[in-house]
Amino acid sequence: MEKEEELFVPRLVTTEEIFAPGHRACIGCGEALAVRHVCKALGKNVIIVTATGCIEIISSLLPQTSWQVPWIHTLFENSASVMSGIESAYKARVRKGKIPDKGVKFVGFAGDGGTSDIGIQALSGAMERAHDFLYVCYDNEAYMNTGIQRSSSTPYSAWTTTAPVGKKSIGQATWKKNMPEIAVAHRIPYVATACPSYPFDLMDKVKRGAEIEGPAYVHILSPCPTGWRYPPNLTIEIGRLAVETGVFPLYEVIDGEYRLSFDFPELKPVREYMKEQRRFRHLTEDIVEKIQARVEEEYLKLREKAGVK
Amino acid sequence: MKKERVVGLEGSFAVAEAVRMANADVIAAYPITPQTHIVERLSEMVADGDLDAEFICVESEHTAMSACVGASAAGGRVFTCTAGQGLELMHEVLYIPSSMRLPVVEVIANRALSAPLTVWCDHSDMMAVRDIGWIQMLAENNQQAFDLTLCAYRIAEDSEVLFPVMVHIDGFYLSHVIEDMNLPEDEEVAGFIPEYEHPFTLDPDKPVSMGCYGPPFIYPETKKAQEVAFENTISKIIETWKAFGDRFGRHYAPVEKYRMEDAKIALLTMGSCSETAMLAIDELRAKGEDVGLIRLRLWRPFPFKELREAVKDVEVLVVLDRCISFGMGGPVCSEVKSALYGLQKRPYVVGFIAGLGGRDILIEGFEYMIRSALEKVKAIERGEEIEMEMIGIRDGEGE
Repeated sequence: MEKEEELFVPRLVTTEEIFAPGHRACIGCGEALAVRHVCKALGKNVIIVTATGCIEIISSLLPQTSWQVPWIHTLFENSASVMSGIESAYKARVRKGKIPDKGVKFVGFAGDGGTSDIGIQALSGAMERAHDFLYVCYDNEAYMNTGIQRSSSTPYSAWTTTAPVGKKSIGQATWKKNMPEIAVAHRIPYVATACPSYPFDLMDKVKRGAEIEGPAYVHILSPCPTGWRYPPNLTIEIGRLAVETGVFPLYEVIDGEYRLSFDFPELKPVREYMKEQRRFRHLTEDIVEKIQARVEEEYLKLREKAGVK
Repeated sequence: MKKERVVGLEGSFAVAEAVRMANADVIAAYPITPQTHIVERLSEMVADGDLDAEFICVESEHTAMSACVGASAAGGRVFTCTAGQGLELMHEVLYIPSSMRLPVVEVIANRALSAPLTVWCDHSDMMAVRDIGWIQMLAENNQQAFDLTLCAYRIAEDSEVLFPVMVHIDGFYLSHVIEDMNLPEDEEVAGFIPEYEHPFTLDPDKPVSMGCYGPPFIYPETKKAQEVAFENTISKIIETWKAFGDRFGRHYAPVEKYRMEDAKIALLTMGSCSETAMLAIDELRAKGEDVGLIRLRLWRPFPFKELREAVKDVEVLVVLDRCISFGMGGPVCSEVKSALYGLQKRPYVVGFIAGLGGRDILIEGFEYMIRSALEKVKAIERGEEIEMEMIGIRDGEGE
């Protein structure tokens, strides 16, 4: 039965490319792959707002566009704000009989910088005001579009161009900001983490987030060969290792209830996730152990929240 | 003439009435003194069901303008208002509706800028946004605040315009002062403002991409197109004000004149202090002096033709700025000078700065400016250089 389902599920996914090919993403881009999956899950009855960043740059170079659905980009930090306005205008115009209600979904996209740094106020405001929208953060753990500068989402000890490795620096000096938990703290009905290495899990979560009434937040780890310094053919594998080592666990929080999407009683060592990424190649064994301990501790806390003994 | 009733209204409430009658779909605003009464009044209207709109109580002015952009792109009629620091915070976003041709309407209760902290009026905030591609117009009293806000919708949403409009009302002087004014019936206004229909909206049935990425091979062409379209709005602005005048009996023009017949000396002002300036002109005229007043109603697009026409027989033009452009004087004065520079025959232009941070400009202040300007002209004729003077400043000597 399980085997049959495995064979069948991919055929449920549309073959239509709503995020059309021919865009200018790097080879092996995890983010473009994630956007492609997200768009397939959303379908065409949607309005998408994108923040400035890689996705906007690679997909909308005038006079071409990859977007087969209505799409708007304005600035870096305001995709949640623009989305608030679109959703409100739709609501008002439907109520006033100016347009029919076709059940359009409203979706905001931004990278980790546009979400957890410069856009966090706008997103927090939109979640607090309880607009009916899905917000998707593509987390590639640095400002990749401007050239791999650190963000608050960059993991501890990773090399970036503004957290370089030096005699007095091990790279990023702080721990990664936990953006999904910040979304959970807003008491919104749906929060999830996802990764394009698990495409069906990702698409399920996007559909669920879009269907739920009120704000939904999906945080997608998007491996970046250019910024993480690994060969582009390893994107899927690195995403899998992020999950299997517990570095980036996949879970959902529905109305405050935690649910692990995949549980690993035995986590793989973080070293396996890090070894192909040259952003971590300077790490000494003691730093790796420190990270290992932190990952295990966090994973344990998450399991507790999810009620897994 | 259409039926109207006389009411006593605060400038802020007058603006709110105009937004209600325009039947806005989305209002996104953040509170800031002295704009607060506008948002409070609109909130009440929405709460009472007198205005069927989504009121988004945003967490910043940056989001207020971003939400207006989104709502307008989705086909909604929108409104926001702010002042001073709030306008500065939304500055980045202001370029978006003008570049993407979204007819956002915004009222600014003009406020000076920090530091030191101030909430009172001057024109520093509106001068800091003069290059953003918005149509900017100024009211001198509450009636005009109402009339111009209504007209702003018809202008902005005209399919040959599609640019955002800012209506400036001086903070406190208009926003917090109650005056008699004429209020038209709702149905008269509904007939004046057509249903809003933007040619391109965010609609899943007709997908468009908005706000794309423009490298050097195409960016300059987009800016040229924007500039040509923006300059062309001036005829539509005049047309709309004429239609308003025909319907409601109150007439507006990009440059308005007061007692300018045979005037050799003209004072040029903007905003609420123009009414005080009129009293000064009356007093000087009573003494037999050939003075008149020119008020800029439209600040952007700059009314070159109308200004040149207004000053063609003037010998001395005295320009008031309620703002300093640090290191270069007053922005209005420098723009007026540049507008007149190409003329064969042009007046001497003498600038003054006054009324910063809510300091009142009294009738004597305007009289002083005119007298002092004549002395300065004599100095210019002697070949001396003159400097921009800030009037009424205590210099610490003899006090």
